[in-house]
Amino acid sequence: MATPNTPLWEVFIRSRNGLAHKHCGSLHASDATMALQAARDIYTRRGEGLSIWVVPSSAITASDPAEKGMMFEPAESKIYRHPTFYDVPEDVGHM
Amino acid sequence: MAIEDMTIEDMTIEDMAAPSIQPSETPLVLYTLRRADDALILGHRLSEWCGHAPMLEEDMALANIALDLLGQARELFAYAAKVEGRSNDEDKFAYLRDVRQYRNLLLTEQPNGDFARTIVRQFFYSAFADLYWRAMMTSADTTLAAIAAKSEKESAYHLRHSSEWIVRLGDGTEESHRRAQTAIDDLWSFTGEMFAVDDSERGLIDAGIAVDPAALRAQWLKTIGDVAGEATLIVPKNDWMQQGGRVGHHSEHLGHLLSELQSMQRTFPGATW
Repeated sequence: MATPNTPLWEVFIRSRNGLAHKHCGSLHASDATMALQAARDIYTRRGEGLSIWVVPSSAITASDPAEKGMMFEPAESKIYRHPTFYDVPEDVGHM
Repeated sequence: MAIEDMTIEDMTIEDMAAPSIQPSETPLVLYTLRRADDALILGHRLSEWCGHAPMLEEDMALANIALDLLGQARELFAYAAKVEGRSNDEDKFAYLRDVRQYRNLLLTEQPNGDFARTIVRQFFYSAFADLYWRAMMTSADTTLAAIAAKSEKESAYHLRHSSEWIVRLGDGTEESHRRAQTAIDDLWSFTGEMFAVDDSERGLIDAGIAVDPAALRAQWLKTIGDVAGEATLIVPKNDWMQQGGRVGHHSEHLGHLLSELQSMQRTFPGATW
């Protein structure tokens, strides 16, 4: 139940084995400090993570699902954009 | 005849109701039971909020704090049972002692009241617990020191959680400020008991097993003052303090609390699931 004083926040957690924060849910809180604490209480109960980001939902701009075709289909058939034609020497390791 | 082999006709009144136990309270047992009871009773009070908190996030937060405290209670009860060396265990201590055998602080058994009252109670207790567990990490008793190391991190978070709420309640609306100030005024006289020491503890303090809580008072007062100041709340100046919990002289609230906590074990002795 949202009131003007408890806006919605999106929560991102980086797990102990992960490299990037992943979105795991949302919650209501009055400010950033309370949002961080609530995220710790709700989304890290089972040892899910070691780092939390909270972002006001209003700060997030999302792409319009109706524009999926225009935004993403042109990239699907352009194999020259992928770096798969080079032989990477073994000593370089993973790139 | 074992209770599980009895039919209802075999049972006498003594079989049906689970009688109370009276632990053998040598100094270390008594000391550990006091801390265990603090955690159990306060944890039980917080569990009463489950499903009733003002917002979903706080329902989880208060339940988490309750679970932390219940975990501390379990470890402390288990250690008390081991030191006592009879056939008692955590369940017997929790479910089969009557009011007069309970050793918790009076502060912990006070009713939840409104959200502000619960938060103020938590704030007063956690500000002490955080200092207490940190000091106990160097206890000469290795079990208590280990319990302290784990509990200190939990208490640190409980203090942070309640402190942030104190600031927002105090420096919030007129209503939240009024409720928070009333809670502080009403609960203040229960805070002195945390720092009291009796003869049974003197020996443990001298042996380096227990900490002298009086040494923690100045820092506790500073924490209370700093947070209350930021919250525009007034810290009372009265010196008169309630006491009695540590020797089993409890407020009228504990009897009702235990009648709920113990009802299942008293009615169905030895029940498990």
